[in-house]
Amino acid sequence: MGKGRYGEHGGQYIPETLMNEIMKLEESYEYYKNDPAFCRELDDLLKNYAGRPSLLYYAGKMTRDLGGAKIYIKREDLNHTGSHKINNVLGQALLAKKMGKTRIIAETGAGQHGVAAATAAALLGLECEIFMGKEDTERQKLNVYRMELLGAKVHPVTTGTMTLKDAVNETMREWTKRVDDTLYVLGSVMGPHPFPMIVRDFQSVISREAREQILEYEGKLPSAVVACVGGGSNAMGMFYNFINDKEVRLIGCEAAGKGIHTDKHAATIAKGSPGIFHGMKSYFCQDEYGQIAPVYSISAGLDYPGIGPEHAHLHDTGRAQYVPVTDEEAVEAFEYLARTEGIICAIESAHAVAHARKIAPGMGKDENIIICLSGRGDKDVAAIARYRGVNLTDE
Amino acid sequence: MRKKKTEIKIRDAFDHGKAFIGFVTGGDPSMEKSEEFILKMVEAGCDLIEIGIPFSDPIAEGAVIQEANLRALSAGATTDKLFGLAARVREKTDVPLVFLTYVNPVFHYGYDAFCAKCREAGVNGLIIPDLPYEERGELLPFARAHQVEVVSLVAPTSEQRIRAIASEAEGFVYVVSSMGVTGVRNEIKTDLGAMLAQVKAAAKIPAAVGFGVSTPAQAAEIARIADGVIVGSAIVDIIGRYGEDAAEHLYTYVKGMKDAMG
Repeated sequence: MGKGRYGEHGGQYIPETLMNEIMKLEESYEYYKNDPAFCRELDDLLKNYAGRPSLLYYAGKMTRDLGGAKIYIKREDLNHTGSHKINNVLGQALLAKKMGKTRIIAETGAGQHGVAAATAAALLGLECEIFMGKEDTERQKLNVYRMELLGAKVHPVTTGTMTLKDAVNETMREWTKRVDDTLYVLGSVMGPHPFPMIVRDFQSVISREAREQILEYEGKLPSAVVACVGGGSNAMGMFYNFINDKEVRLIGCEAAGKGIHTDKHAATIAKGSPGIFHGMKSYFCQDEYGQIAPVYSISAGLDYPGIGPEHAHLHDTGRAQYVPVTDEEAVEAFEYLARTEGIICAIESAHAVAHARKIAPGMGKDENIIICLSGRGDKDVAAIARYRGVNLTDE
Repeated sequence: MRKKKTEIKIRDAFDHGKAFIGFVTGGDPSMEKSEEFILKMVEAGCDLIEIGIPFSDPIAEGAVIQEANLRALSAGATTDKLFGLAARVREKTDVPLVFLTYVNPVFHYGYDAFCAKCREAGVNGLIIPDLPYEERGELLPFARAHQVEVVSLVAPTSEQRIRAIASEAEGFVYVVSSMGVTGVRNEIKTDLGAMLAQVKAAAKIPAAVGFGVSTPAQAAEIARIADGVIVGSAIVDIIGRYGEDAAEHLYTYVKGMKDAMG
């Protein structure tokens, strides 16, 4: 069995053309993650550019309203570029530079990773090309323009279902054409090793901070941490430093779309089966012959037919629990958080808020929950309006 | 005289001069037509047939073969129907047959069941672009048990990996001529001579070159230094263009390529 395994999951199932490059990436990462100069530089960027540490906010009104556990919100939405994606991108773009690369390429779904990648590229002087499903470029026009403002070239992907999965396919194809000067900056804890490890390490800053913050505020660990899961990067970041704290429940919220009993969902753990795709062994939504299924979610960022291999392993071992949350529940939670706490969150993150609303009332007032609010919701306002039958465009 | 099914080996393709290896996506535009096209290509001199099992997300393929995958899947192609196609072709010809597909359809079918079906249908080998040297160990015991050879690929970026890959390769070594995905190229820039020398030094089996090859002139040039020439996109493009009426065009094309290889 090859490298980068999480139980049965993970591995490096990629074309031979990329193998040497993947091995070079692993070697470079293993070197630089222990290089004090690299770590100082990254810490400086996270603090003085991205705005870390992010707040752990006590949502008092929501807590009183739900009447159970105290709700804390880890405000990744307040990071520069508006989501947790910047944590990973600064790390990988810096690594690209150290490796002598002059160009980065990336996939994006909702556009949050694309915007973050374009931002890091602008800051560090790298060329940047983003691959985005054509359907997503239409759902997220603002983010497309944002990426272009930042100097990136955005390629709408017209193959397959024209969403995140196809954007990953196309970015991988592009990488096989040009590896010498180019690093694929993957946006989630997925793909072939070493990506799931690198992205998890760069995102683990979320739980490193949150663990310290909650211990400072409450003097004890939370009963549960809740995060949304597409590929699973904010969830992995939120879970990682709590994995050894067995009393902390780790809960990932998958996109159930129009319901897991319909064919319009992206609930990989609830409805998927073991498979090998996008370089990794994990769980995937697929048909009886292993054809990858078209998936659906109101959230472009969760609209992915697989899940990172470490999540698959946390599911297998029972250490983490994965629950489906529908579009309707997420939209209600989006509106609820806006009304109750004055926070407009990403529709992805609203999946986690929705689940917290379900479990908090049944928990003791002496318990705490942390919700990872992975991103801000400006990009989603038009889509939510549409969902509610309000047309915000002038046409 | 026909051979016994169990006597047919990938090696046979290389025992009478330079081999021409042709690829079709199974079920594009239909199973019946794939069978007709394959037999026509054999008649034109094709020495080994690669049958693509269509996959929803073929990440090593360029636009031409991606579209063929979609056409085949939309027409209802499934792995089981592909086994049926291979078995019917095997009844009519002794030409070695290999499947080219992605690891997920094979893994999902079950490695053991898949390889058993290959043997039953008379499929002699498997080419799986997203199952590299480091990961093929999970498939090999099942493939060996059912006498299915797993073909390995080497790429322009393989460098120091070539020795290990080539020395353990089965059937033939698939030498990827160019960076990127499959598709017709006007010019192959890789130093194929140097790559083939490295492969030849380590492998005990033939080496064939694919990715980007489409013209008789390219085929002639490659045949001088390699044991075989692999053509996919150019053939699939003919099928895409002429659809159900592609057979004669395929015959002419394959014959032209084969003649050019001397």
